[in-house]
Amino acid sequence: MGLTPKDYQQMSQEASPPSRTVKNGAMAFLIGGSICTLGQIVLELLKSMGMEQDQASALVSLSLVLLSVLLTSFGLYDRVARIAGAGTLVPITGFANAMSSAAIEFRSEGLVLGLGAKMFSIAGPVLVYGISAGVLYGLIYYFIR
Amino acid sequence: MALRKGSTLLLTQGPVIRSFAAVGSKMEGEGPLGPSFDLICEDSAFGQDSWEKAEASMQKKALDLAIQKGAFSPEEIDVLFAGDLLNQCISSTYGLRDLNIPFLGVYGACSTMAESLMMASLFVEGGFGELAGAVTSSHFCSAERQFRFPLEYGSQRPPSAQWTATASGAVVVGRQGTGPRVRAVTPGRIRDLGITDANNMGAAMAPAAADTISRFFTDTGYQPEDFDLVVTGDLAHVGSQLLLQLLERDGVRLEGRHRDCGLLLYDRKRQQVDSGGSGCGCSASVLCSSLLPRLLDGSLRNILFVATGALMSPTAVQQGESIPGIAHLLWLSAAPAGKE
Repeated sequence: MGLTPKDYQQMSQEASPPSRTVKNGAMAFLIGGSICTLGQIVLELLKSMGMEQDQASALVSLSLVLLSVLLTSFGLYDRVARIAGAGTLVPITGFANAMSSAAIEFRSEGLVLGLGAKMFSIAGPVLVYGISAGVLYGLIYYFIR
Repeated sequence: MALRKGSTLLLTQGPVIRSFAAVGSKMEGEGPLGPSFDLICEDSAFGQDSWEKAEASMQKKALDLAIQKGAFSPEEIDVLFAGDLLNQCISSTYGLRDLNIPFLGVYGACSTMAESLMMASLFVEGGFGELAGAVTSSHFCSAERQFRFPLEYGSQRPPSAQWTATASGAVVVGRQGTGPRVRAVTPGRIRDLGITDANNMGAAMAPAAADTISRFFTDTGYQPEDFDLVVTGDLAHVGSQLLLQLLERDGVRLEGRHRDCGLLLYDRKRQQVDSGGSGCGCSASVLCSSLLPRLLDGSLRNILFVATGALMSPTAVQQGESIPGIAHLLWLSAAPAGKE
């Protein structure tokens, strides 16, 4: 055929429709923004009811996690995420969805080796690198403060 | 016996496709070929409690239907070639374990139907038996959890991604009898032009399809004009464009003759399948719900069925390897008019 892999990759790139960056970006901004706004509203409500800032923040995170798990369980989260992309992935709701969707999916292989082991298959790297980055940041902060 | 020309085998006896059946689920039922399926099960779990069991049950249903439509009994089938996408081909082995038919498992990714049907045809052409079966399946949910993410995980698919069909197709090939005939087969060569994106399998498989189709025409001296259709499966939208470009470089012009199972099974405008369908069940069910019935009623006389497979392993892709593609070709023709 006389076609090098490099030529073919060029051909293949031209034939493949590009991701809809503008539309995806706009939807991620709107839906991701709405989730954050919802969090902020809950936070303000709790504070107006006399709750301390740190307690209210924790409760906001918990309610968003609960909402995400509920939507995941009812099979709605992935439908929203298909449109929202990073808008549902980046907030804490994305993390809750990654854990709960894996838990539902691998339940059929049992509670220990299925649900228990595979629950972290997507969220695991976030924990590993999130905690590592936290430790690193903490060390730098300790010495250069 | 078969006559070898290059790497193409011309089957002089012409094994007969005696019966066939296609089974699908809700999405396939809502697609353009929905009404032609033998069975559409709206419940994609097929009454089972895991997706693997669902697929196994679907594959068994397809074979049961094909055996039933041909008025055969399972004991009459001399050998069965079957496969699917799952690790250890469990839909086939678990689904067909109770049938008591000599079983040969096959893996060719989405090309498995062409590979199984080719071997079943060669088996009867060689006189090793009277009847041989070929059956394959794929299931969206079992494939997603093995190759991608949990079903409820929120992710965005790029436009070049393909949708794994929840479908199965089964064919019974006989040495004698009436029905469409298998006239020639060209086993595919593995082709890898360095595509590493598992969300662009059409592009990974197109070079293999172009290679097999070109080789068939060179080996036999036939022209695209000698065939009503050249049906690939499942290059989908992206891969189909690339196939036509690659073939044109080889001087083969398919003009309006090319169809692709990944584009026939679903309506891309109405159904959210991105580039189109894929999976062992896609080409198998298009073959059994649309192509074979049309060969049987004579609205198609000669077609080339070229099922393509992305021989992808998630482990190899994670290790940075590219995706090898393969495509197997079968020349199918309508039963000669006025004979038999």
